[in-house]
Amino acid sequence: MRGDQANRLNNGGLIDRSAALNFRFDGKTFSGFKGDTLASALVANGVKLVGRSFKYHRPRGILTAGSEEPNALVELRSGARREPNTKATTAELYDGLEAASQNRWPSLNFDVMSINQLFAPIFVAGFYYKTFMWPAKFWEAIYEPAIRRAAGLGRAAGVSDPDHYDKAWAHCDVLIAGSGPAGLAAALAAGRSGARVVLCEEDFVLGGRLLADGGTIDGLPASEWIARTLAELSAMPDVRIMTRTTLFGVYDGGTYGAIERVNDHLPVPPEHQVRQRLWRIVAKRCVAAAGAIERPIVFAGNDTPGVMMASAMRSYINRYAATPATRIALFTNNEDGWRTAETAIASGLQVAAVIDARPDVSPAHRALASKSGFPVLHGAVASVDGGKGGARKISVSLTGGARAEVEADGLAVSGGWNPAVGLTSYHRGRPKWRDDIAAFVPDGAPPGMVAAGAANGAFGLGACLREGFEAGAAAARDAGCSGNVGSVPVADDEAFSLTPLWHVPGKGKAFVDQQHDVTASDVELAQREGFESVEHLKRYTTLGMATDQGKTSNVAGLAIMAAVSGKSVPETGTTIYRPPYVPVAIGAFAGHHRDENFHATRLTPSHHWAAEQGAIFVDTGLWKRAQWYPRAGEKDWLESVTREVKAVRSGVGFCDVSTLGKIDVHGPDAGAFLDRVYINAFSSLAVGKARYGLMLREDGIVYDDGTTSRLAEDHYFLTTTTAKAGLVMQHLEFCRQVLFPELDVQLTSVSDQWAQFSIAGPNTRDLLKEIVDPAEDLSNEGFPFMGAREVRLRGGLKARLFRISFSGEMAFEISVPARYGEAMARNLMVAGKPFGVTPYGTEALGVMRIEKGHVAGPELNGTTTAGDLGLGKMMSTKKDFIGRVMAGREALTAPNRQVVVGIKPTDKAHRLRSGAHIIPKGETPGPGNDQGYVTSVCFSPVLDQWIGLGLVERGRERIGEIVRAHDPLRGEDYDVELCNSVFYDPDGGRQRG
Amino acid sequence: MRIVCPFCGERELGEFTYLGDAKPQRPAADAGEDAVYDYVYLRDNVAGPMSEHWYHGGGCRAWLKVTRNTLTHEISAVEPAAGAGAAKVGA
Ligand SMILES: [Zn+2]
Repeated sequence: MRGDQANRLNNGGLIDRSAALNFRFDGKTFSGFKGDTLASALVANGVKLVGRSFKYHRPRGILTAGSEEPNALVELRSGARREPNTKATTAELYDGLEAASQNRWPSLNFDVMSINQLFAPIFVAGFYYKTFMWPAKFWEAIYEPAIRRAAGLGRAAGVSDPDHYDKAWAHCDVLIAGSGPAGLAAALAAGRSGARVVLCEEDFVLGGRLLADGGTIDGLPASEWIARTLAELSAMPDVRIMTRTTLFGVYDGGTYGAIERVNDHLPVPPEHQVRQRLWRIVAKRCVAAAGAIERPIVFAGNDTPGVMMASAMRSYINRYAATPATRIALFTNNEDGWRTAETAIASGLQVAAVIDARPDVSPAHRALASKSGFPVLHGAVASVDGGKGGARKISVSLTGGARAEVEADGLAVSGGWNPAVGLTSYHRGRPKWRDDIAAFVPDGAPPGMVAAGAANGAFGLGACLREGFEAGAAAARDAGCSGNVGSVPVADDEAFSLTPLWHVPGKGKAFVDQQHDVTASDVELAQREGFESVEHLKRYTTLGMATDQGKTSNVAGLAIMAAVSGKSVPETGTTIYRPPYVPVAIGAFAGHHRDENFHATRLTPSHHWAAEQGAIFVDTGLWKRAQWYPRAGEKDWLESVTREVKAVRSGVGFCDVSTLGKIDVHGPDAGAFLDRVYINAFSSLAVGKARYGLMLREDGIVYDDGTTSRLAEDHYFLTTTTAKAGLVMQHLEFCRQVLFPELDVQLTSVSDQWAQFSIAGPNTRDLLKEIVDPAEDLSNEGFPFMGAREVRLRGGLKARLFRISFSGEMAFEISVPARYGEAMARNLMVAGKPFGVTPYGTEALGVMRIEKGHVAGPELNGTTTAGDLGLGKMMSTKKDFIGRVMAGREALTAPNRQVVVGIKPTDKAHRLRSGAHIIPKGETPGPGNDQGYVTSVCFSPVLDQWIGLGLVERGRERIGEIVRAHDPLRGEDYDVELCNSVFYDPDGGRQRG
Repeated sequence: MRIVCPFCGERELGEFTYLGDAKPQRPAADAGEDAVYDYVYLRDNVAGPMSEHWYHGGGCRAWLKVTRNTLTHEISAVEPAAGAGAAKVGA
C-alpha cells in the first residue's frame, strides 16, 4: 500500500478537505476527510486488501460503494462497542475510527486458513451436508466448533452494549424510499401537493446516483439541482427528510420499518442520545425509489482485490475524489459501464482497455477510445491474475476465439443493473422479467406502494425524474392532497443498450456470491445433484444467504442455473424476498426494553415502605412483591419465613395483597352475570357478604378463583388471582359484550385503585380497633366470618373491610384508596406495635395457604377441574355457567383423575420438593405407573416438617397410603404419605372465632 | 396491521388481542353436549375473509368483530360486539 492519501485526487469530490480525520485499520493509522466512508478513505490510502473470504479465506477488496457490499466487512470500534460485519462502504468516517479486518489469522496478509483453497473440492456446494454427516456424535463435539472457529466472520463484542436504542412512530401521507432523482422528484410533487411527506435515505447525503454520476437537470448541474430541491423541500413544513435511515421492511396496513443510524457516524453517541432508532412509519402511500444495484459478471478471479463494480469506481472517483487504481480496465456488456472509462479519463487516470461483450460500440465511445489511446476489445474477461496485492493482469477471450492480455491494477465490471425489488416484493410479490434490460422489475407492490425510477427499471435520468414526479403526485392525490404540483424536472435520457452476460466459463474459481464463497461451479453442481429449484439452490449452496442477502449475487446465480438447466431466467424464477433489506441490530428492535426495563415493573402501594424494612422482593408477573422481611441474625430465608408464620399464627401480621386483580361489577344484572361466569351462585349472596368463587373455561377446566363480595344490591367487588388479573378482565368483558349482551352490567377494573392488606392472626381484631373508627362493630356478631362492607377509619377515611382468611387464622382484608396504601402499612406498624405486629411476605403467605390446603397457581394449572381441586360440590346444578357442559364430559369426571391431596415425607426430617413424581411403593418408576406429582411444598412451622400438596391419581381415596416421591431430576427417591390436604385447623374454628 | 376501532379510531395491532373465529355462537343452556363440543372445539380453517373476535385491551376494552382476509390481512369491516360500549341492547 502507498502513503498518506496518495490515491486522493487534488480536486473535486463531496469531501471536506478542511476536516482531516485520523482512523486506524488493523492497527495502522491513516487519514481521510469528513464526507468519506471507511471504504473511500481506504481507497484514498491505496488499501486494496480489506478482508478474507468466508470459506476459502481468499484475499478480498472492496467491490461496491453501497449497502450491497459483500466483501469489505470489518469489525468497527472496539471493546463493548465492537460491531462485527460492518460494511466499510456505508460506515461514515469519523476521527478516531477503529476498524479491523475479519476472518483472518494471524494477520490479513498472512492467513493460515487460506490453505482451505487447496482443499476446495471438499468445500463445494452442500459440503456441510455431505462431509460432516458421519459419525453423528462427532457433530456437536468436533465438527461444529471447528467449523465455527474456521468460518465465523466478525466477532461479537461479547459484553453488554453500552448504548441506547430508541423506537419511534411516524405517520405521513406519502413515504418515499430513496433520494435519487426519482425520490427527490417524488418528494417535490408530493410536498407541493401539500402532503405530509417522509423521505428516507440510507446515505448521509441526498442524491443517490447523482452524487457519483452527475448530469444536467432543468439546465442545472446535478449538484445545484439537488441543493435547489433540498431548499424547496426544507421550506415545506410537512416534509421530513431522514438521512442515514434505511427503509427495511413493509408490513400490513401501510406500516413500514426503518432504521435510523442516529449516531453511528460518531465515535460515541453524545450524552443522553441514542445510537440508532427503529421507526415504524404509517403511510397512506409509499413511493419505492430505492434505485438499482449494478451487477457483476462472473469470471475466474472476479474476487481479486482491485476488481470493482464500474459504478462503484465512479463513486470513489467522482464523489470521494479517491482513485481505486491508476490503470483501469473496464469489462462491460452495456452502455452505462462506459461512463467509468469517461470518468477515469476525465480524472487523469489511464484506461488500459475496455472489454465490451457487445458486438458493437457506439461511434462516440469508439472516438473516445482512439482519442485517449486505449483499445476496445470485443469479448470477455476470462480471468484475472493477481493476489492480495491486487489485480495485475487480465486475460481476455476475444470474440472469435483469440486471446489478449491487459495489464491493469484495477478492473471495473458492469453486467447491467438490477432494480432494487426488495421493498416491492416483501408481501410475497414476484418480480417480472424484462428482456430489454435483462432484469427483474416489480410486478405490482404491497397495497399503497408504487415503484418509480431505477427501482422500476427506468434507468435514464429523465425517466427517473418523470416517474418519480408522477408517482409522488399520484400518491399525494390518493392520500387526499390536491395542491398544484408545478412542473416536472427535466433531463435527457441516456441510451441503455445491453447484451446479457452472466458468466464467462474458464479455469479458476469464479464467484457468484462473494460473501458466502459460492462459485459458478457450485451452482452447476447443485443443478447436477437435483437442487434446481431456486429455493433449493439457495439453501444447498447458501447463495444469497449472507448478511448482504445476495444483492449482487442472486440474479447472477439464478441466471447461471437457468443456463445449465436449459431454461430462461424468468422460468427459473426468484426466491421469496423477505425483510429486512439491510441487517438491523437486535438492540434496535429491543429499544429501551432491556435489563430492568425489559418489561414494565409494577410496585405495590407499600413497596417503598417494604424496601425500607429491608424486604426481599420477588418478581411475580410484572409485580415486585415482598417475599420475606429478613431480620438481623437470621441465617437464611427459611428462618425468616418461619418466624413470620409463627408471628401470624400466635399474634398478628399483615401482608400487602394489592396485586390481586380487582373488578367492580355494577348494574341490575350484576348477580345474574356472576352466576354465569362462576360455577357457584352469586345472585343469592346477601349484601354485606363475601363468597369464594371459581371460574371455568368453556372447556370445563378451572380458569381462576377469588373472593367476590356484594357491597350493594347492584354492586359486587370481584377479586382475581394476581397472575390472571388482566386475562380475567378480558374474559369477563367477552362474556358481557359478546356472550351475554342482554345483561345490564358494567365492569370496571379497579386493581390499581385499591391498596389491599391482609391482616391475620388471633390479635387481628385488637389491631383493627386501633385503625377503624370505634363506632364500627368488629365483633363476631357485628362482623361475622365472610362479612364484607364499607367502614370508616379513624380520621374519616372510608375503607372496604372483608372478613376473609387465606391463612386459616382470624383475618380481615382491608382496602383503602391506593394513595393511602403506604400510610396504611406505616399505621399498621405503629398501631400494631403493642401486639407485636409482623409484616409478612409471599413466602409466609404461601406456607400458610399450604398448611391450610388452599389451592393456588400450581394447582390451578390449566389441566385441573373443579373436582380435581376438591371443589366439585361448588358446581351449581340450578343454573348455566361457563364450562358447565364440558365439565361433565367423561374424561373430566373420570374416577381415576389426579386430584389434590396432602403429602408429607414419612421421615419427618426429609425435605419434600415440588416436581417429584408419585409412584406406587415397590414399582419401577416409568410412565405407566406415574400417578401424579407434588405441586406445592413448604416447611410447616406448625407441623415442624416439610409438607405439600400434590395432584395424585384417586388421591382422596388413598389417604394414609405410603407411596414413593421419585425425583430423578434431583436424584432423590423417598417415601411419602398421602394425607388430608388441610394440615392445619381442619374444622376451621380459628378463622371463624 | 391496523384496526379501525369504532370507538377509538385507527390503532395499531399491538393494542389488540386476538381471540379467534367469531362465527360459532354459544349454544343455549339446554342444547346438549354435542352442540357445546362443536362450539368449543370445531373451527373452520378459513382461507379468505373471516369474521374474528379482537379485543381492544390497549384502548377502550371493546370486543370487536373484525372481518379479516386471512390470505392478505386486509380488514374489510370492524363492528363492535353486541354488548360493547355503555348503552345496553334494548335499553
Ligand atoms: Zn377502542
